[in-house]
Amino acid sequence: MSPLGKRFKLVDDFNQAENHDYHLLPSRFAGLDDGRYLLSNEVGEYLVVDRSQLESYVKKAVDQDSDFYHDLKSKHFLFDDDSNVAIDLLALKYRTKALRTSQFTSLHLFVVTLRCDYTCQYCQVSRQTDDKHAFDMSEETARKALALVFRSPSPAIKIEFQGGEPLLNFNLIQYVVSEAKKLNETHKRDLQFVITSNLSFLDDTVLAFCQEHGIHLSTSLDGNEALHNSNRPRPGKNSYEITVKGIKNAQRFLGRDKIGALMTTTEKSLSQVRSIIDTYLEHNLDCIFLRPLSPYGFAVKNHQTQKYDIDRWFEFYKEGLDYILEINRQGHHFVEVYTQIILTKLLSPFNTGYVDLQSPSGAAIAAIVYNYDGDVYASDEARMLAEMGDRKFRLGSVHTDSYEDIWLSDVLLDTLESSLSESAPMCHDCGFLPYCGTDPVYHYATQQDVVGHKAFSGFCAKNMKIFKHVIKLLEDPDTKKILTNWVR
Amino acid sequence: MMIRLSAKDNAALSAMTHEEPLIAKITVNPNLPNGLRSQSVLIIHEPAAIPDGFGLVLLAFDGEIANAPVNTVRLSNDIRYLKENDVIKFYPAGCKINVLYRKEANVNTFLLTERCNSFCIMCSQPPRDIDDSYLVDDILEALPLIHPETPEIGFSGGETTLIGNDSFTRLIQAAKNHLPNTSLHILSNGRNFNNLDLAIKVSRVQHQDLMIGIPLYADYSQLHDFIVQADGAFDETIRGILNLKRCQVPVEIRVVIHQENYHRLPRLAEFITRNLLFVDHVALMGLEMIGFAKSNQQALWIDPYDYRHELQDAVETMAKAGMKVSIYNTPFCVVPEAIRCHAVKSISDWKNDYLDECSKCSAKQQCGGFFSWNLSKPSLHIQPL
Ligand code: SF4
Ligand code: SF4
Repeated sequence: MSPLGKRFKLVDDFNQAENHDYHLLPSRFAGLDDGRYLLSNEVGEYLVVDRSQLESYVKKAVDQDSDFYHDLKSKHFLFDDDSNVAIDLLALKYRTKALRTSQFTSLHLFVVTLRCDYTCQYCQVSRQTDDKHAFDMSEETARKALALVFRSPSPAIKIEFQGGEPLLNFNLIQYVVSEAKKLNETHKRDLQFVITSNLSFLDDTVLAFCQEHGIHLSTSLDGNEALHNSNRPRPGKNSYEITVKGIKNAQRFLGRDKIGALMTTTEKSLSQVRSIIDTYLEHNLDCIFLRPLSPYGFAVKNHQTQKYDIDRWFEFYKEGLDYILEINRQGHHFVEVYTQIILTKLLSPFNTGYVDLQSPSGAAIAAIVYNYDGDVYASDEARMLAEMGDRKFRLGSVHTDSYEDIWLSDVLLDTLESSLSESAPMCHDCGFLPYCGTDPVYHYATQQDVVGHKAFSGFCAKNMKIFKHVIKLLEDPDTKKILTNWVR
Repeated sequence: MMIRLSAKDNAALSAMTHEEPLIAKITVNPNLPNGLRSQSVLIIHEPAAIPDGFGLVLLAFDGEIANAPVNTVRLSNDIRYLKENDVIKFYPAGCKINVLYRKEANVNTFLLTERCNSFCIMCSQPPRDIDDSYLVDDILEALPLIHPETPEIGFSGGETTLIGNDSFTRLIQAAKNHLPNTSLHILSNGRNFNNLDLAIKVSRVQHQDLMIGIPLYADYSQLHDFIVQADGAFDETIRGILNLKRCQVPVEIRVVIHQENYHRLPRLAEFITRNLLFVDHVALMGLEMIGFAKSNQQALWIDPYDYRHELQDAVETMAKAGMKVSIYNTPFCVVPEAIRCHAVKSISDWKNDYLDECSKCSAKQQCGGFFSWNLSKPSLHIQPL
């Protein structure tokens, strides 16, 4: 390359820093695979490096004319005497990542009844009974819960109706929606509603109501007919038929974006991930959430969770994700939601609202549960734990406790504080921390300790495997193209 | 085709009564009410009786003329295109005319100053350290004359903010007052917005449709500072962008691509999506071969075909992150097909040209073509579509 004209100085003249004299910015690393490491900074920017690069970075031996040095500098792993704007930018990015925590509770789950027409063996909480009053939420309870909902400073409020089967108490849903809308005339939040339902009772009245209020529906679809019916037994043995009919009706009347489905993984699912995904495609759903079976409720009692370990589940996830990538390669946009959440954390300056991957934990401060009887729980899992007899994460009751009593309760504050990833053993120096989170209720349920020993934690094992897998997938340019399309 | 915006070889056909330069709007109406004539410039395209009272009369033809009234000038061939509503500055000494505004132009840009605090290695308008403060007064005088339906005007430099914070805000205020329906695009290297006060002042004007275009040439300080030949510029520019956005002033990032920075373009795109996602527009720009770009051509020129992969990578990174991205100054046929939707006809009409082979091209309508001065050094991969 020919030099510039005489009036111009050379690139070396614009370096105010001494070689090998740089400052490390907060960062962490974790082994990725043979001799390679993930190096991540406080706000989730990352580089994949080999052992010698990692060592030279830490020992301040990276040559300042190398591309590696410029990458480290540009991604804010270091700064030198040539520039200190990295600090301003990091502060800004940290604020952006933490924004959701400052906005506080946005998801409010109303358990409007425990009654259900299904008898799923892994279900943690449902009841079969004709006595409406015993397990239905009353208007008075709902009204008091709503008063708490609008105390949250969050600019966006989502009210999710759960059960049991919430449509068995449809009157109360109608009541809550209309009261919430009334209250929102003064509060002016971005208010949304979701009904999580098996769709058995999705009739024209319910559809019209959802249409009128822009309500989203969320249902369960576990896979093909045989699998779904076996996972989700109901008296007529036709739960699959009812669910897919409901999905179709909802898509037709409300729009495709208004209905989503979630799957639960059981031992039977493990060998048929492709078929499960095909079922989702057949029913025009554009995403799937490959979830592990949670360790709560009946599931724990039946020792279901122990029947397959994280490794087997991960193979299931990996095979599923491979298949989904293949579907995308064929030109069909179809998303795996857990991967999408992680990609958003990896590739964008934002955090996600996903409660289980946050630090401080999302328990109560991102999402909170109002049980049918007015008891308030830190999360859905906390409620399930209580159903099993451990009321550790019961934060109070809408009938007897104020907003301050609940959100400033010792159990909540202690839990949040002691379970921060940034200070938890193993997590605090883990390279995956910016993408991970803390799940005190899970660790309490499985290890009787809100922090938990991560070496024995299914939460840690699962996430670490997924992080590594996704980061390696991103190394292939064509796969990366597909995956970046998923980022929200 | 190249259009000249200034001409010296005009000829005075009668005595000049002006001692000071005159900034005025052109009319073709010889019957303009008397009261309006002294502030107007009448243009005449064929021999006719010349009415009295106009501030200036421009003859856009060669024939003889009898009894020319005072202040009659025969126009240089170069600027006979002048039309109703155009605005000129006439210098009585030397009979020079600068065209300040053309109603037909796709964009009219006003030079605020030739001074600059940077010295970019590819500057198309090399800075000069002169006192050109009269330019601000000229623009303040010209703005009220500009047609109110003008879609967009631009302010450029030099470094525009060097005219001083007060003049800078006064000009934006004047643009807002006189042209409430016109967007205003200002080029600045952003360094002076490092001072939050200036950003606040600009935002207080509440201009209805303002965009400040700020160059960012690299994702780390040394390379950017080298390209703009100013130590510390990277930090100042980034802080300037942050300050402007803090005050909710729209910002565009402009990246001129050349030999020295094309290889980091994908990294720069990542840097922008991670750190500056909130800017309103990013323009990735081909090199304009004039000024320093021309004298440094050996060191800077790279065929846009040779950086097409980096360009595509960068565009896709930013577009997927939801940013508005455009490709400027790059022939359509050299832009990879997948990102052609981002290619924009960005070159001002007065310096816009096409190659001969472009006449065979079915995409010429969509193609921005070339800077007139780039015609001698086009991409080697021009391929009529
Ligand atoms: S839970 Fe595991 S993967 Fe997550 S931050 Fe802690 S140690 Fe890392
Ligand atoms: S051939 Fe000419 S007109 Fe056609 S795309 Fe290329 S540069 Fe543009």
